[in-house]
Amino acid sequence: MTELTELGAAAAARAIHAREIDAGELFEAYRERAGADELNAFTWVAEGPPPPTDPAAPLAGVPLAVKDLFCTEGIPSQAGSRILEGYRPPYTATVVENLTGAGVTLLGKTNQDEFAMGSSNENSAFGPVLNPWDRGRVPGGSSGGSAAAVAAGLAPWAIGTDTGGSIRQPASLCGVVGVKPTYGACSRWGMIAFASSLDQAGPLARDVTDAALLLSHMVGHDRRDSTSVALPEPITLPTAEDLTGIRLGVPEELLAGGDDGAGIEPGVRESFEATLALAEGLGATIDTCRLPHAPHALSAYYLIAPAEASANLARYDGVRYGLRVGGEEDLATMYTRTRGEGFGAEVKRRIMLGTYALSSGYYDAYYGQALKVRTKIADDFRAAFARFDFIATPTSPWTAFELGSKADDPLAMYLNDFCTVPMPLAGIPALSIPSGCSDGLPVGFQLAGPAFSENPLLQAAHALERAIGFDGSQVRA
Amino acid sequence: MSSSYEPVIGLEIHVQLRTRTKMFCGCELSFGDPPNVHCCPVCLGLPGALPVVNAAAVDFAVRIGLALGSEIAPRSLFHRKNYFYPDSPKAYQISQYDVPICSGGCLGDVRIHRVHLEEDAAKLVHIGSSGRIHGSDRSVVDFNRCGTPLVEIVTEPDLRSPEQAHEFLTVLRTTLRQLEVSDVNMEEGSLRCDANVSIRPVGSARLGTKTELKNMNSFRFLQRGIRAEIVRQQELVAAGEPVVQETLHFDPVSERLTSLRSKEEAHDYRYFPEPDLVPLLVTPEMRAAAAERVPELPTDRARRFEAELGLRPGTARDLAFRRELSDYFERAVAADAGATPVEVANWIPQLVERIGSAADPAQSRVGPEALATLAALVAAKRVSRDAGREVLTTLVAEGGDPQAIVEREGLGTLSDDDGDGLAALVDSALAADPDAAAKVAQGNMKAIGPLVGYVMRESKGRADGGEVTRLIRERLAEQV
Ligand SMILES: [Zn+2]
Repeated sequence: MTELTELGAAAAARAIHAREIDAGELFEAYRERAGADELNAFTWVAEGPPPPTDPAAPLAGVPLAVKDLFCTEGIPSQAGSRILEGYRPPYTATVVENLTGAGVTLLGKTNQDEFAMGSSNENSAFGPVLNPWDRGRVPGGSSGGSAAAVAAGLAPWAIGTDTGGSIRQPASLCGVVGVKPTYGACSRWGMIAFASSLDQAGPLARDVTDAALLLSHMVGHDRRDSTSVALPEPITLPTAEDLTGIRLGVPEELLAGGDDGAGIEPGVRESFEATLALAEGLGATIDTCRLPHAPHALSAYYLIAPAEASANLARYDGVRYGLRVGGEEDLATMYTRTRGEGFGAEVKRRIMLGTYALSSGYYDAYYGQALKVRTKIADDFRAAFARFDFIATPTSPWTAFELGSKADDPLAMYLNDFCTVPMPLAGIPALSIPSGCSDGLPVGFQLAGPAFSENPLLQAAHALERAIGFDGSQVRA
Repeated sequence: MSSSYEPVIGLEIHVQLRTRTKMFCGCELSFGDPPNVHCCPVCLGLPGALPVVNAAAVDFAVRIGLALGSEIAPRSLFHRKNYFYPDSPKAYQISQYDVPICSGGCLGDVRIHRVHLEEDAAKLVHIGSSGRIHGSDRSVVDFNRCGTPLVEIVTEPDLRSPEQAHEFLTVLRTTLRQLEVSDVNMEEGSLRCDANVSIRPVGSARLGTKTELKNMNSFRFLQRGIRAEIVRQQELVAAGEPVVQETLHFDPVSERLTSLRSKEEAHDYRYFPEPDLVPLLVTPEMRAAAAERVPELPTDRARRFEAELGLRPGTARDLAFRRELSDYFERAVAADAGATPVEVANWIPQLVERIGSAADPAQSRVGPEALATLAALVAAKRVSRDAGREVLTTLVAEGGDPQAIVEREGLGTLSDDDGDGLAALVDSALAADPDAAAKVAQGNMKAIGPLVGYVMRESKGRADGGEVTRLIRERLAEQV
């Protein structure tokens, strides 16, 4: 790894401003690395130097990897799906526009599970992404390309989206930092939708400071997204070195790991407990807390998200853009063939699940019931945050698993999200930081806070990160 | 046809709102522009695009709700209505479902069930000989219309005849025009109407099985379509066959009703709350702003014409349900030329007959003051009714002052003190028909007709019929 690409993003931005390094050279260095990507992390890499940016812009000249599902004008944006083959959007997502406005340069688009549906990045029309810690293992998903690219030093940082854990879980499995902000903090305009009431963009970065810096330029109310909100205060760069006075709640229900025998891997539990001990050492108080409805989060999630997805993905019909198979016969045949060949198995499964959950006669029992559970989960968190500043859990019950090992067992795959799904259902922010390794594979530690608690969350994560001292440089070599 | 059955009709009316931009994006509304020039990522349903509610459309819907006396929901919801069809680029329509913006209300005697906001679909053009999707060579989509704001107004099944349905639509159209929320032009598709029709034994409170007549594109076709469907159902019932719940298309050329078998078929739309939008809030301020734009509406105006001006209900409605007539009428009354409002009102149909039933009298050569003056002249018996009609014909052709026309044309009423005028004519009438005169003198008043007719004819309509009758009886009494 060259010296240039060993610089963190925030450090690179500082060095560019101080004219210690040249933005063009930095971009070229990353472009070369991304171009030689052996992890299948990228679906598209910039063909040449980026358009010039304002040297005074805060992130001037720092390259960025962008998850495929963010629309980028004139640049392939397929959300990892065959059904959007050849699709080049006529407009750019707000979050990407905000970031290029702040000076970042678009390095490439990253691989992902098709329409963000998956926890292993095996459900991509572009093929699976490999975990840089062990190429026989998955990087997590759905933002697997972004996480792998950041972990492997193919990009200084990246953006992804999180619906049920799609930023935090791959961040955990790849040993990087991932933040899922409060729902509405980042505009969804231009994000190819999976589940609209859950989808949220966020940063993946080598450390908490970089993540905070990137996030600070992503957020903001956007009049093109009615569900977006202005944060009460700007995101600031964290400086905290201790956790004095911080009360951490550890939810028993999530630590039990579910009643499906999923359990939390011993190595993950060990790392989690060690991190709690570190937190205590930094001044935090730790106690168990109750989130009584959290064990039902997964069930509610797998009704709500597919229901919304079944409608969001109905537009891919071969009429206006992307793949069209047939069209010479009647309309229904064109729809059937286009969608039959354009969507992968997992996407089809979720469309069917969602369609069923919304069907007349089943709505109340499934979708309606799931909405009630969702409200209960939000209430649980509200009650917990009356006693605790943050909730702490392992991000994923497991470290990176072997490619193909869970591909035929969707339920086992869904259990990946056991600890990450409750937060998006409640709309609250959460982040994952690497807390160490188990058998040579990174483990993620998750912190969740009340809505709009991004700054305190980042502060706490920063203090923990310093104490943990995780070193991921070996996989960037 | 069995007269022991009565029709029960409810209407679902889609009205395109005349906002500047579409329901959920900034594209301008248009009519007749080249295809696909008014579209964007939102109304094309491109991946990643999101809807944003058009505040003007909400304002219009609130205005409509206030005008209909509906309850305005301070918080209502948008839902997704899912269906696959190329006219729906997202494969769902954003509409309102269980919590619409307006509930209840009425227009005239017809209760309103609800009014909700939604978006219009794109236009499909089928190229090929058939002009319909089946049998066409190919179909193309024009997205200019896609996303146009619509309100759907749903009535209760309170209508009992095709004529009543027609009248309801007429007054609704006038109301919406006055609210300035829509062009409400059925031919251009800015007003579209579906009708739910059933029949039931007279006196029964139970509703029969209803059928739905789709997309009738003129008031006339609507009336004819409903009539045809009532006849069809009555024939079914008479033959002992059941009415099947279905959607029908009325072909105005063949007058035939055909069952629709396509997307209109019974369908599971899988409604669920639109997660891309937040609940729609109508604040007291928004309500107040909308209320300011609600003028006096036709039904209120008709009530006022009855209560304050003494018009008969039919006359009041005929005037009030056409804004240009009622405006003209009120200006004529305001001219205060000496005729009562009832007398002025009686002249409006005469004027309409002469200028054409679709014309605006304000655009004619007859000023409202002139009409009021004419009405006053006739009321004061200074011009006979027949002569007054002649004056009106002249006014329509040339304009001018009725008094001057009366003088110029010598159309003033003949009266008994008019020298040898009217009295002389009465005398010659009695002389010309002594039989009739004798009968009248014997008290057979039926025989007076020919005598009066003689005088009217000879006076070229200048005589006043009542005055002639009085004079004839006076003369005959003198002779006894
Ligand atoms: Zn548009």
